[in-house]
Amino acid sequence: MFDFSTITQWVDELLRSFLPHAAATLVEFILIGLCLLVGYAVIALVLIYVERKVCAFFQCRIGPNRVGPYGTIQSVADMIKMLTKEIIDINHIDRFLFNLAPFVVIIASVLAFGCIPFAKGLHVIDFNVGIFFLIAVSSIGIVGILLAGWASNNKYSLIGAMRSGAQMISYELSIGLSILTVVVFTGSMQLSTIVEGQADGWLLFRGHIPACIAFIVYIIAGTAETNRGPFDLPEADSELTAGYHTEYSGMHFGFFYLAEYLNMFVVASVASTLFLGGWMPLHIPGWESFNQIMDYIPSIFWFFGKTAVVIFIIMWFKWTFPRLRIDQLLRLEWRYLLPINLINLFLMVIIVVFKLHF
Amino acid sequence: MSTAELQETVFFILATVIVVCSILTVTTNRILRSATYLLFVLFATAGIYFQLEYSFLGAVQLTIYAGGIIILYVFSILLTTTDKSKVSKLKNSKVFAGLITALAGAVICVYITLMHSFGPSRFVGGEINQKVIGTALMGTEKYQYLLPFEVISVLLLTCIIGGIMIARKR
Repeated sequence: MFDFSTITQWVDELLRSFLPHAAATLVEFILIGLCLLVGYAVIALVLIYVERKVCAFFQCRIGPNRVGPYGTIQSVADMIKMLTKEIIDINHIDRFLFNLAPFVVIIASVLAFGCIPFAKGLHVIDFNVGIFFLIAVSSIGIVGILLAGWASNNKYSLIGAMRSGAQMISYELSIGLSILTVVVFTGSMQLSTIVEGQADGWLLFRGHIPACIAFIVYIIAGTAETNRGPFDLPEADSELTAGYHTEYSGMHFGFFYLAEYLNMFVVASVASTLFLGGWMPLHIPGWESFNQIMDYIPSIFWFFGKTAVVIFIIMWFKWTFPRLRIDQLLRLEWRYLLPINLINLFLMVIIVVFKLHF
Repeated sequence: MSTAELQETVFFILATVIVVCSILTVTTNRILRSATYLLFVLFATAGIYFQLEYSFLGAVQLTIYAGGIIILYVFSILLTTTDKSKVSKLKNSKVFAGLITALAGAVICVYITLMHSFGPSRFVGGEINQKVIGTALMGTEKYQYLLPFEVISVLLLTCIIGGIMIARKR
């Protein structure tokens, strides 16, 4: 299988050959940061196009079809429009917090994006506590949303932000507990170790019943965490105009929009890394020749393929189910998902202790 | 510039952020701004932990303080105050008492910093394995912390029950 670390090591040696050690490190930091930001922007554009097309097909429409073949350049055109839009000055707001909020949201999502193992050897942040770090940084985004709602000096924004904050804090519990189930099984929080531990079978198959329950709970909680339908009531347009980003215009709004799509990508890629083996190809123990053939497909395709499937499921959710009311949404989390999760965690511990897994 | 100098530069940037934002936290008039500056202080502290390669403590700092406590603060500010409620003028006696407390605190801090003999300025062991931290937290032997861990859990449980009792409708 192709290992991306050969490329990164080649770049590293090239830089070190004509730069001193510290300067080479600095240049590498900047290069990695640029690559991450470019990847972030490109993935967001692709996701926006895909969302519009998927939504159109679910509603028996054609979707974007004028700009470029099959409307593929539509989201690029939208991006240029967004970049050139005026940022409107609003009176009677706390200008510092108002301008800060979109950046807090986007920084949280870029940091989480940096933790994901994209392919073999293509992994930026690989701490010992990898998955814990990912949850930690993604929880910062809530602060940005609350600040945006408050600083806008607008009732609808404030109510939207409160709803959004309550929702995200509640569903973070479910996300944390379902990830804990995986950590109990793999015995590690390091993302690279988790992926390599799934070399002879993905966790969804090896951990059978508790892993499947944890996967379903994770997908539901992840959808709610990213404020997407059917849990998108912070943005319930008929009641709250546009929720916490009502007053934002131009690229400030663009940041919220980007972060929403990228958070969906982060949720989907964490799901595929933890439960579907990340970049690890489909291996069945004993079938040597089958495993060999699977290894010929590059790891980056495996990762993006699995993530695309999970993203499609999340989009399918959005365009199929009706929106929940706020009390129904909180009841779903606290009355159903949380107890199910705790029992599931206990079940996983029993399975690991008595070695009932594959 | 060597790697050590690069590390030092990063440390000084983080230290400046901590000092400046700490001062702004207590001098600003708007309560939500001061919560935001406090958030920056906590971020920069987490940055120092990451620089020391103690990523567990850094991640805990981010989850508990930045992701938990600050959100709790912001929530309670949103639920209780309006934008008009600004800080009222302090009485002279209170200013005097505050000054004395600040001075005493500063003297104690400076005294401890000067008298304490610090260890090596950089941690050389690399990142500590998560298993080591886990067994230290949950073990019952010497230098392991199961008892404090459980005592704090009981304390938190009591707080939760107390909170429910206060908030419950009769």
